[in-house]
Amino acid sequence: MDALYPQTARDLVSLLKKLGFRVDFPLEQTCCGQPAFNQGFFSQARTLAKRFLIIFDQAELILCPSGSCTAMVKKHYLDLFPQDPEWLAKARKTAGKIFEVTQFLHQFGLTEKIQSSFPFRVTYHDACHSNRILGIFQEPRDLLARTRGLQLIEMEFSDKCCGFGGLFFKKFPQISKAIGMDKVEAIKKTEAQWVVSNEPGCLMQIQSRLFERKIPIGIKHIVEILNASFPE
Amino acid sequence: MKIETEHFKQKADQAVQDAAMQGALARATQRFSLSRARVFQDLPEGEDLRTEAHGIKAEVMDHLEVYLEQLKTSAEALGVKVFRAQDGQAASRYIQDLIRVKQIKTVVKSKSMTTEEIDLNQDLGRAGTEVWETDLGEFIIQLAEEPPSHIIGPAIHKSQEEIARLFADRLGVPVYETPEELTMVAREFLREKYFQAGLGISGANFALAQTGTLVILENEGNARFCTTFPRIHVAVMGIEKVIPGSEELAVFLKLLARSATGQKSSTYVSLIRGPSRSAEGDGPEEVHLILLDNGRSRILRDPILRPSLYCLRCGACLNVCPVYQKVGGHTYGWAYSGPIGALIVPQYLGLLRARDLPMASTLCGACAQVCPVRIPIPDLLLELRRRIQEQGAAWGEKSIIRFWAALQKHPRWVQTFFWFIKKMAGLFPKRFPPGLTFPEKSFHQWWQDEKPD
Repeated sequence: MDALYPQTARDLVSLLKKLGFRVDFPLEQTCCGQPAFNQGFFSQARTLAKRFLIIFDQAELILCPSGSCTAMVKKHYLDLFPQDPEWLAKARKTAGKIFEVTQFLHQFGLTEKIQSSFPFRVTYHDACHSNRILGIFQEPRDLLARTRGLQLIEMEFSDKCCGFGGLFFKKFPQISKAIGMDKVEAIKKTEAQWVVSNEPGCLMQIQSRLFERKIPIGIKHIVEILNASFPE
Repeated sequence: MKIETEHFKQKADQAVQDAAMQGALARATQRFSLSRARVFQDLPEGEDLRTEAHGIKAEVMDHLEVYLEQLKTSAEALGVKVFRAQDGQAASRYIQDLIRVKQIKTVVKSKSMTTEEIDLNQDLGRAGTEVWETDLGEFIIQLAEEPPSHIIGPAIHKSQEEIARLFADRLGVPVYETPEELTMVAREFLREKYFQAGLGISGANFALAQTGTLVILENEGNARFCTTFPRIHVAVMGIEKVIPGSEELAVFLKLLARSATGQKSSTYVSLIRGPSRSAEGDGPEEVHLILLDNGRSRILRDPILRPSLYCLRCGACLNVCPVYQKVGGHTYGWAYSGPIGALIVPQYLGLLRARDLPMASTLCGACAQVCPVRIPIPDLLLELRRRIQEQGAAWGEKSIIRFWAALQKHPRWVQTFFWFIKKMAGLFPKRFPPGLTFPEKSFHQWWQDEKPD
């Protein structure tokens, strides 16, 4: 997100300001540690988790435009400190105040305050960790339904994995590609102009596979759409 | 069965190129998983039943020895001979002794993953016994001399045309075109074998501790034939398959067929209560129950990984797994494949011997969503990954993760690293995912420059 898709983060800042929030971005923050955790390197993940917990200790609310990073902090940070009550308590506290963006907008009743327009045909990919760990499904759809001019066309098996899987795509590139190709075929069938998700990792995978197949469909993070004001 | 878990990567790269297999797998797994979704929609209590099933399994595993003793007592009261086999060798030896003593020449088998696990057919074949698999899928892969590629659909990777050619080749019949004709060929061929067989071997889906009843679910009627027609019936069952009694069975019967094939019930549900009694005109004279351990007690002693033993072998996790759908069952290199294979194979064979299996998952969680006994497969795969890296992380990977983690402690270095990656992507575009564009400024940089608050 920081290096590849900074526009998403900029749109999130802009969106939150429109909604009347004061936004801070602690510059010391880096990665939440999920890549190390998912590969089984728990001690490195623990170090980065502690770092994250210290940096965000004072925040009232933490917003994250990725379901996967959110799930890491909300769920797996608790797995990292089974024998360490002090850090476990910190992890619990932070878990309660970090939100994935669409879920946050829904839970805080902000969906209806968003004024966006995006007059294009769009299809939505459900990222696995958003869907299966955080239980997100209807939230992004409600948001997209309220976006003026936007036509949502559901793809077949929208909740099926895109094949990215974090470092999985590096370790098993052939399998990852093969899974990704099924995903872009499903996207192509919708004849949408844009494929939208709330997960930068999935969007990167989909972007690469669309490029390889020479399919002229663009990718957008949902936050970019919620902050968009295209003339209809 | 040759153990080839070490070659997962090579086999996977070959498998993803195999268009015929991809097609067969996609059709079959999709049919299973769509049917499953449909029947669960019509079962509003389905989600609660899954939770209940998880609870029953947890209770049994926590007191497994008690239930096994109870099962032994009640089965013996029915006249069943019960044997506890420490490993595959012990189970195989028991059966071979029986074959020798009873002078049996031909054995018919109904589908059993447990006997695949211990490679029983090979053992018996080597000892000179004629063994025939009677489940249609198992019969196909027996002719093809392949291991099963799916827990409930062992020949799921084969197209109908392939099977027609295989039958023509092995059985000297014409190359038939319809599934009906092919099934008839197998049926006629196997009918003879049932008549010749002195021994029928089966697995078991459940055994009821309170009553000693063995429960077998199937669709073809072959298991009922195998367990009733030959003079002797031997059931080989993993020790984890015991459940308390019929009340619990009711829960599992609602879940198993629905999860496996998307049927409300299997076509045949056999409840076997010992050998034929003198007044009955049919049924086997002897029933033997082999309770196989083969590493299960070791898993049982591990409180974190213990839920791996809850598995009913329904195959639902395979049908929804994006990785399984692309690589097929043989790629996993042993009897069990897919998400459940990735979870249990390393526990049976050794973590480092099967180290790629738990890694070969996107952790998408589709498996846990359909598991009838709610095994948290992705979480347990993460635990296996942790142990694998603890026991023997590859030097290269460990160094990269260490370097990367050290870098993350210094936000400025991370920014420098991004700059470096961007340069490298310019110089060596082939080493990076295609179609990506690197923006001018990272978000960190932008925030620092603009100070937008």
